Amino acid sequence: MKETPLSNCERRFLLRAIEEKKRLDGRQTYDYRSIRVSFGTDYGCCVVELGKTRVLGQVSCELVSPKLNRATEGILFFNLELSQMAAPAFEPGRQSDLLVKLNRLLERCLRNSKCIDTESLCVVAGEKVWQIRVDLHLLNHDGNIIDAASIAAIVALCHFRRPDVSVQGDEVTLYAPEERDPVPLSIHHMPICVSFAFFQQGMYLLVDPNEREERVMDGLLVIAMNKHREICTIQSSGGIMLLKDQVLRCSKIAGVKVAEITELIQKALENDQKVRKEGGKFGFAESIANQRITAFKMEKAPVDTSDVEEKAEEIMAEAEPPPEVIAEPVLWTPGTAQIGEGVENTWGVLEDSEKEGEDEGGSDEAVLPDDVKMDTAEVSNVGSQDAPIVLSDSEEEEMIILEPDKNPKKIRTQIVSAKQEKAPSKKPARKRKKKRIVN
Amino acid sequence: MERAIQADAKVYSEAGTESSPRGSGCSLRHFACEQNLLSRPDGSASFLQGDTSVLAGVYGPAEVKVSKEIFNKATLEVILRPKIGLPGVAEKSRERLIRNTCEAVVLGALHPRTSITVVLQVVSDAGSLLACCLNAACMALVDAGVPMRALFCGVTCALDSDGTLVLDPTAKQEKEARAVLTFALDSVEQKLLMSTTKGLYSDAELQQCLAAAQAASQHVFRFYRESLQRRYSKS
Repeated sequence: MKETPLSNCERRFLLRAIEEKKRLDGRQTYDYRSIRVSFGTDYGCCVVELGKTRVLGQVSCELVSPKLNRATEGILFFNLELSQMAAPAFEPGRQSDLLVKLNRLLERCLRNSKCIDTESLCVVAGEKVWQIRVDLHLLNHDGNIIDAASIAAIVALCHFRRPDVSVQGDEVTLYAPEERDPVPLSIHHMPICVSFAFFQQGMYLLVDPNEREERVMDGLLVIAMNKHREICTIQSSGGIMLLKDQVLRCSKIAGVKVAEITELIQKALENDQKVRKEGGKFGFAESIANQRITAFKMEKAPVDTSDVEEKAEEIMAEAEPPPEVIAEPVLWTPGTAQIGEGVENTWGVLEDSEKEGEDEGGSDEAVLPDDVKMDTAEVSNVGSQDAPIVLSDSEEEEMIILEPDKNPKKIRTQIVSAKQEKAPSKKPARKRKKKRIVN
Repeated sequence: MERAIQADAKVYSEAGTESSPRGSGCSLRHFACEQNLLSRPDGSASFLQGDTSVLAGVYGPAEVKVSKEIFNKATLEVILRPKIGLPGVAEKSRERLIRNTCEAVVLGALHPRTSITVVLQVVSDAGSLLACCLNAACMALVDAGVPMRALFCGVTCALDSDGTLVLDPTAKQEKEARAVLTFALDSVEQKLLMSTTKGLYSDAELQQCLAAAQAASQHVFRFYRESLQRRYSKS
């Protein structure tokens, strides 16, 4: 489905509103939309909501052999997917420019900033290291994907626990979660992306643009920063020229925002940890708000299955016994077999020309099972070489079976078209086989 | 409404601690459903069965690609996305099963030359995933207001090595089971819309599972009804 274009009056309206320092959702220039972080039941699974933008993050790990030039380092892999669920314009399985850009930015923000200690992911140098895979799925697109995705990625990485391993000599033991508590990844710092949208050649600036604002913006500046106010990545796109003090001002704002977000993330992580420790309820079922009328929950429901056996017996008793099966295949020629008694086919009528064709067919005719083959094609000049084949009905499907004989022949089977099926004359027809000798 | 609040007040004792074995085999895990939680799709639903959770989004009836256009009915598309990695053969086969079920109930003839797209995202898999996908798809289709001749639900049964029947099995129960059977049933006559099975079972056991699934489907449909009642209630 194509994206609905933004009309000129909508565009003008949005730009006018921005000029008057107003935003459609009532936010101030530097306001973020509300951020909500919820965790799944398994480790490394989280959903981040940034306003209506929603990203699902899941971290998984695997033992692999390391890259040749990095023998003592684990591998980090990021994969952001723009699911069609998020917006109808996203096509599944297509690498759009936007997707490539976002994935690259995420990699730069999280891998190149060395926020994860990759050396601690090494099990046996040069042989076995952990590969950490971060899957991010965009579930709903309402602008500012990169901020939501970067928060989801770092939250999922912080939440993730990998299985414990021990090395004794050259023996590597992997412990199940029941045997030994899984260990968290060692994370040095938490880089978080903050986006700034610029309008009217950099005259106006907005933090955390929503989807509508993204559509009318001239340029975008993304700053990835950690809470120590260290810039991890900075990217300006859209081709606007920014002044030095504009960038400096943005970095100051980013510092404040990152501090707020980091605090929120840490609070959410602590909360989840506490609930898990105390053995309370956790998971997505708990994060559904009860007071919403769109949400509904049902307790564990016992199902009365006492009468199941009687019901089944009843049905079994009523059912007709299966017909007796004649399970002796008759082998007429190599490569063919017939199951059943070879009852004559009563479908359609055999025409004279077909009979002739059949006679010409030769002595070593293959017998095809009647219930499989139903052919009533009118093939002219059957038997002659390289003759053009005229089909009576173009709608028919044809199937060519090549026989592994020393005399290769083509057997043309055709499905009766509905028209022919309804043919009024129903003479007791006979077995029909057709075949064209190619050579 | 009052009833719904009552239900909320009670404890869902098993959230997050599903490793503990359930008492009797013949019960459904706790269900939860939230509709209309995404802003972009025309209809969306998140369905939870125990710790299994699936998010569904529906777009449609909408513009269809010319290559996929069907002149006398709507083109139904189902996309199932796994949580980790790229979709593989297992997802494709599930997509097909779900699509065939949906096609049986969606009145596509009312919207010729349009597309109805159901996108399913696995959020967590803790057993009975296909059944949960079916339920999520149904709730999302209802939310999108797609005309259907009946509602449908998915029920998974597992048969233990000693032949005991388990409804709505967890991942562990599914793993230990001799056979796992998943049925899709319609809400009008509880007729079978789709069935897929794995493992070894006798024909008597199949009928038993089907009868149990029909009994369980009553509960699921009641859940659908109550959740929709709550949603469209005025209070």
